Amino acid sequence: MALLRAENLTLGYEKNIIVRDLAFEVNSGDYLCIVGENGSGKSTLMKTLLGLQNPISGRVVFGDGLTKKEIGYLPQQTVIQKDFPASVREIVLSGCQARSGLRPFYNEEEKALAGENMKRMGIAHLEKRCYRDLSGGQQQRVLLARALCATRKILLLDEPVAGLDPKVTMEMYELIEGLNREGVTIIMISHDIAAAVKYATHILHIGESIFFGNKAEYENSSIGMHFLGGLE
Amino acid sequence: MIEKLVMYLGYPFVRYAIIVGVLIALCSSLLGVTLVLKRFSFIGDGLSHVAFGAMAIASVLGITNNMLIIMPITILSAILLLKRGNNAKIKGDAAIAMISVGALAFGYLIMNIFSTSSNLSGDVCSTLFGSTSILTLRKWEVIVCIVLSVLVTAVFILFYNKIFAVTFDEDFSKASGMNSGAVNYLIAVVIAVIIVLAMNLVGSLLISALVIFPALSAMRLFGSFRAVTIFSACISVVCALLGLLISILAGTPIGSTIVAVDVAAFFVCWIAGRIKGNASA
Repeated sequence: MALLRAENLTLGYEKNIIVRDLAFEVNSGDYLCIVGENGSGKSTLMKTLLGLQNPISGRVVFGDGLTKKEIGYLPQQTVIQKDFPASVREIVLSGCQARSGLRPFYNEEEKALAGENMKRMGIAHLEKRCYRDLSGGQQQRVLLARALCATRKILLLDEPVAGLDPKVTMEMYELIEGLNREGVTIIMISHDIAAAVKYATHILHIGESIFFGNKAEYENSSIGMHFLGGLE
Repeated sequence: MIEKLVMYLGYPFVRYAIIVGVLIALCSSLLGVTLVLKRFSFIGDGLSHVAFGAMAIASVLGITNNMLIIMPITILSAILLLKRGNNAKIKGDAAIAMISVGALAFGYLIMNIFSTSSNLSGDVCSTLFGSTSILTLRKWEVIVCIVLSVLVTAVFILFYNKIFAVTFDEDFSKASGMNSGAVNYLIAVVIAVIIVLAMNLVGSLLISALVIFPALSAMRLFGSFRAVTIFSACISVVCALLGLLISILAGTPIGSTIVAVDVAAFFVCWIAGRIKGNASA
């Protein structure tokens, strides 16, 4: 059984349909990149997978014992966060919120988990720093550590390298690849087709035509050749 | 001056005013950070105007315990405003402005038409600026205020981590399976209770100052949510106490004196923040 499966998803807002009859599945350990032009429905798809928005028709099924409380999400940064007074530690800890349920305060186990994930992302030394004073790459690491507190199984990333310089972008990709090798399933929206093909195991291309398959299939498909051809 | 102060403190109504003033200042500062960061700074203003309208209805109907009308109406408006906040066609600030001025006009209108009071403009003025109502508190009103303040503070502490998570990133909280809707309703109800309480102290026009100034002052100086929250509570209490004492000694209107002290504190924090920022940069 797949970790996550989309069945005949039709997405959009009210009467505005963006994507029709989307079907794909993600198995444990996969690295799926969702690519496509602006406005093709990538973010809408992500929101639907996360349960933030209902599909017009079709459904998203979780399998392999994955529950909604075990999804880690790396959103695009919001304007609010730019001047939010919060320390790195506070933000990472807030990733434990779903697992702490109605308990008002964090327990030792959750604090240890937050500490461990800060180490994993190489930001333990920034623990007490204010989030708004960090560089773009450091901020992404903080949000990634928070997402890891919420999950051990699957991460959904919405353009994790947007606005980062090339060096930090590379570091970010390697960090994510490392997590994938540790067994975390990755679903990532990306604008960067070259990187998508380099790191991903599967590609979902949405737009006027839809493609879903593994990387080799994508490279040999007409849609893949068209998009990759522009790169070489 | 000290003698004069001691003499005033001998009166129970002055002591009541100080107790209530400090408690209200504490409560109103707690959610300030959240409201400022969620871009809801004006919600205090909007809701207090709703409370003003509700008070007008209560006084026209001749209901002595007007809390019974003001509280439910204000809570309901708060829920409606926060609920629509995210995906509404009319955005948060416009919705608040609509409700705010609408309720203000409506309240004044019915007070004008139905009021039997001989000093209508005086009544309206004291509701808007809270001029003397805090000095005329009765004992049961003080008790109600104490109970509600303790409740508000307890709820805030118990849900502190959840309020933080939802304020910082609502989508993430929701995606990881948290009931962020419920937390938003909780914030709405608590802020409505605070507004109705604070009307006694500073009147309905000045409440948002009490809510946002301490938060903004604290944000100049601190970089963690906990430090900002604690500092804004402290600075709010200190400013309220100072404002109350000044107004008692100098005979100035209580509400506007407290707000003036809050504004002064903000500038002090702003300058301190600039100096601190330059030193670390």
